[in-house]
Amino acid sequence: MKHKTFFWFVLPSSLAMLLFIFVPIVSVLVQSVYVDHAQVIKEVENCGPFGCTTTTAVDQEATQALQQASPLGRFAGLDTYLDRSHLAIDEVAAAWNRSTGIGDFFDKLVNLPFYKAMSFTLAYTFIVTPLVIIVGFIIAVAVNSATRKIRGPLIFFSLLPMMVTPLVGSLIIFWMVDARGVVGAALQYLAGDPDLSVKASTPLTWVMLMVYGVWHSAPFAFIVYYAGLQTVNNDTLESAMIDGASRWEQIRYVVIPHLLPLTTFIALMQLMDNFRVFEPIVSFSASAHATSLSWAIYNDLGGETRQLSSAAATSVLTILGIAILLTPVLIRTWRDFSRK
Amino acid sequence: MTAQTQRRSAALNVLLISVLVVWMAMAAFPFLWTLWGSFKVEGDFFSKADWFNALKGPLTLEETGSVFTGAGYHGAWIKEAFGLAAINTVIVCIFVVTISLTFGTLGGYALSRSTYRYTFWFLIIALIFRAMPPITLVSGYLPVFFKWNMWGNLSTAIVVLVAINQPFTLWMLHSFFKNIPKDLDESAMVDGCNRFQAFRHVIVPVMWPGVITTGLFSFLLAYNDFAVTAMILSQENQTMVPKIASFLGTTQTKGNVMFAVAAVVSVTAPLFVMIMFFQRQIVSGLTAGAVKG
Amino acid sequence: MLLRKLIIATSLALSANAAHAGCGVAEGRVNIVGNEFPAIHTVVKAAQTCADENVSVTANLTADHQKINLAGLQGNPAEYTSAIIANSSIVALINADVIRPLDDLIEKYGQDIPKSNLITVDGKVMAVAFMANAQHLVYRKDVLEEIGVEPPRTYEELLEAARMIREKGIMDNPVGGAYQSGWNLATEFVNMYIGTGGEFYKPGTAEVSINNDKGIAALEMMKSLTEYMNPDFLTHDSNATNAEVEAGNVALMNMWGSRVGVLMDDEGAEEVVYSNVAVDGPLTVAGGTVPATTLWWDGWTVAKNISDEDAEATFVAMMAGTSPDILNDETMAQAVWMIDGYEPAPVNKGVFAAIQAQSRPYPMLPYMGLLHTALGDNLSDYLQGKESAEEALADIEATYTTSAREKGFLN
Repeated sequence: MKHKTFFWFVLPSSLAMLLFIFVPIVSVLVQSVYVDHAQVIKEVENCGPFGCTTTTAVDQEATQALQQASPLGRFAGLDTYLDRSHLAIDEVAAAWNRSTGIGDFFDKLVNLPFYKAMSFTLAYTFIVTPLVIIVGFIIAVAVNSATRKIRGPLIFFSLLPMMVTPLVGSLIIFWMVDARGVVGAALQYLAGDPDLSVKASTPLTWVMLMVYGVWHSAPFAFIVYYAGLQTVNNDTLESAMIDGASRWEQIRYVVIPHLLPLTTFIALMQLMDNFRVFEPIVSFSASAHATSLSWAIYNDLGGETRQLSSAAATSVLTILGIAILLTPVLIRTWRDFSRK
Repeated sequence: MTAQTQRRSAALNVLLISVLVVWMAMAAFPFLWTLWGSFKVEGDFFSKADWFNALKGPLTLEETGSVFTGAGYHGAWIKEAFGLAAINTVIVCIFVVTISLTFGTLGGYALSRSTYRYTFWFLIIALIFRAMPPITLVSGYLPVFFKWNMWGNLSTAIVVLVAINQPFTLWMLHSFFKNIPKDLDESAMVDGCNRFQAFRHVIVPVMWPGVITTGLFSFLLAYNDFAVTAMILSQENQTMVPKIASFLGTTQTKGNVMFAVAAVVSVTAPLFVMIMFFQRQIVSGLTAGAVKG
Repeated sequence: MLLRKLIIATSLALSANAAHAGCGVAEGRVNIVGNEFPAIHTVVKAAQTCADENVSVTANLTADHQKINLAGLQGNPAEYTSAIIANSSIVALINADVIRPLDDLIEKYGQDIPKSNLITVDGKVMAVAFMANAQHLVYRKDVLEEIGVEPPRTYEELLEAARMIREKGIMDNPVGGAYQSGWNLATEFVNMYIGTGGEFYKPGTAEVSINNDKGIAALEMMKSLTEYMNPDFLTHDSNATNAEVEAGNVALMNMWGSRVGVLMDDEGAEEVVYSNVAVDGPLTVAGGTVPATTLWWDGWTVAKNISDEDAEATFVAMMAGTSPDILNDETMAQAVWMIDGYEPAPVNKGVFAAIQAQSRPYPMLPYMGLLHTALGDNLSDYLQGKESAEEALADIEATYTTSAREKGFLN
């Protein structure tokens, strides 16, 4: 295809992405290397319905003069990236020097907000992604073996976890896992421990978040695999059967290789989405037990005073993290591409 | 496949059926539970005393005089005019799906036909774009939208959703078009069509299965989006999900939570019809499409 | 129930029409952003009666208001002409210089506004308060009678009562509280720390100083309370805590005045629960005299970047929205209104007691929001027993210092 034709074909979608994704990314990059200008504080008297108090306020005139001199704020370079709320270089070094062993070092490390978020984010990504792929595959095989008549409803119900808005879905599930909810009570009965509470324990909260993640994303893998199964070459399967391959061997040597390219696609999307895990942490009020990078951004932006530079730095770190995570998959894709 | 079905051993059948039963229970139980509970009052459905209350509904009986109540539905649709939000959602979904697919098919087709290396980098950059957390994007939009008086309109939300969705759409459609043999459009071009005419007359007629599948994912994104719509739509333009969020609120008003539950149940019914209608296309689309990655 | 609400709504609309003529504003644009509390809905509904062919009054009431109000006031002309805020959230708007001083408008239109409702910062009126809120004691009369104690006046007495309730086997976890990790938990610490007499900053500076005996005492009291709470306390916001009360699982708690009304109505709970819920003033702690609570107000502001015409229309519409006309049987119970003609119901006794006991208002400092966020992120580790009180307080100070540097409050 000629360069010019290519250009006109991709123009609309490039323009949309350029304006609404690329430009914001650049502005976030700029934001992350600047911090606010110094605020001039003065003592003032504040009065209200509960009386007067002497306190401090920002001196608007003096601060505005500073702001006009440098509209972007003070240039900070990588300071924000290296501070305690992000990579925390100094604190990590101090923890390394002072810790008595690797376990102690790790304890100190996860006390720092970025590493605390990272530990859950990575655990979530690497546990949920393979489980989504496996569970989705198993369901696809099972649905595919069902009678044609009931497949429609089976597909609909299988897609439900993905379709019901997480806002209410998680509210109801959160209530269900409560110690007095239907699932929570069942777990207490199964564990034989009447005081068992999923919400009060860090490991159980992690498990709950991960189970929710798998439940919510498995339908995506399911529908992709289900479609893939429709194209498995029947001739190959039959010849395998004639050669005496067991059912497991058929799956192992015919079906799975056939679905491998699909797996790359699912893995790519799931790695990315799971690394950005956010909604369940907020809906399940789980931030005491588990935080993630996206949650940290939300927390910076959601406070009474918004911390834009900090949120920007975390966003850039998220993109870098995803880029690193996807590198193996991308190298594979590159090889495929070059081969063609 | 039928040939194998007959040869399946009894043990395997039991295994497959139990997988299906367990998964159906897991996938459908929360929804069926919600469906049942949407006819109860909040004190029963979200009872902290005993989950059994959600089944028996003692407070529903006490407060409304019957074990089932339609108060949630009445509140959502009549008192809170949920219908308006439903109309907004329909508008947003139609436009998002149409525009993303138009942009996506053009771009995806070009990406699948060009043999230059920059197509690979184009796809990779699109993927990196997708890595940006939506919250950061939205907080970046806000000052600009307010400044240029674009904030609050449905059209702004539509454009943003289309843009955010482009990387996924491009990837999916690109892999789909790769599976349509090149000979088709190239022979048309030999016959004197230019690239666009070849696309228009040869590719468009055969691309629907892939487009419908991609469209379904675009639809679900527009339909379920909260991060974007909650922040950039004004109250009268709210779509369903932010509307449901406003029923919940930070400080829940009595009964409003049940509005949200009833609203969720009532918006799932059209989805059922849609899935039943499109399930063949979903399957045939992906079959031809993403298989090659 | 429904019918009654409908009748009230209609009568509200009617009385609003009657008030229409009194708005007295020729033309302009009014657009309000605020939280979605029922009381704020009432105010906006009344303000909207000022709308006619020349005056438009629109509003966006959402839980996300804090994320959009700053951006929405920053444009020129600003999208919103008024933001409804509280004493914690006004500072972000003052810091960014997006709300206008109201002195001239008050002179022209606002002579009727009670002086005590005017929020002045450095001699300039920046907001007009219309309702008050505070956390205070909420208890179950019947349960306290059963164990034979008077309603507690200090947290130490509360702990003693909780122990007796548990020992008598009446309830397993008799204490409640909005201890959800994040904003709620931070608020509870602010309350408790104020109760111990602590100061958050070195006087006149933005340097935090909570890692002291008082900070530790506040944390230790919070931990003792959590021992009598449902083990899930770190996930309980005020909604979940109220649900516990309605289920009959909680007998003692420190709760927002605005959230008690729903506990006393006949929906969502058994008769024995809702008829026995009672309120009292806030508690003191560790022998202190200042109650361990904070006073809050909600008020309205006028944007800076709008035409004088719009500012006047906004001012007049917001005055109408908070005029005595809005008070009726239904709205009376929605909040502790700071409006003439408001008659406190028994449910509001707690907030009034908090004001009378000279409780301190939530600090209106430019950098308090950063400390609040830092508190919300770091307290849960201590309450879960993962670290000591000193370590938790040191983490909070470090988190705050990092963010205050980034925002330019510290160098």
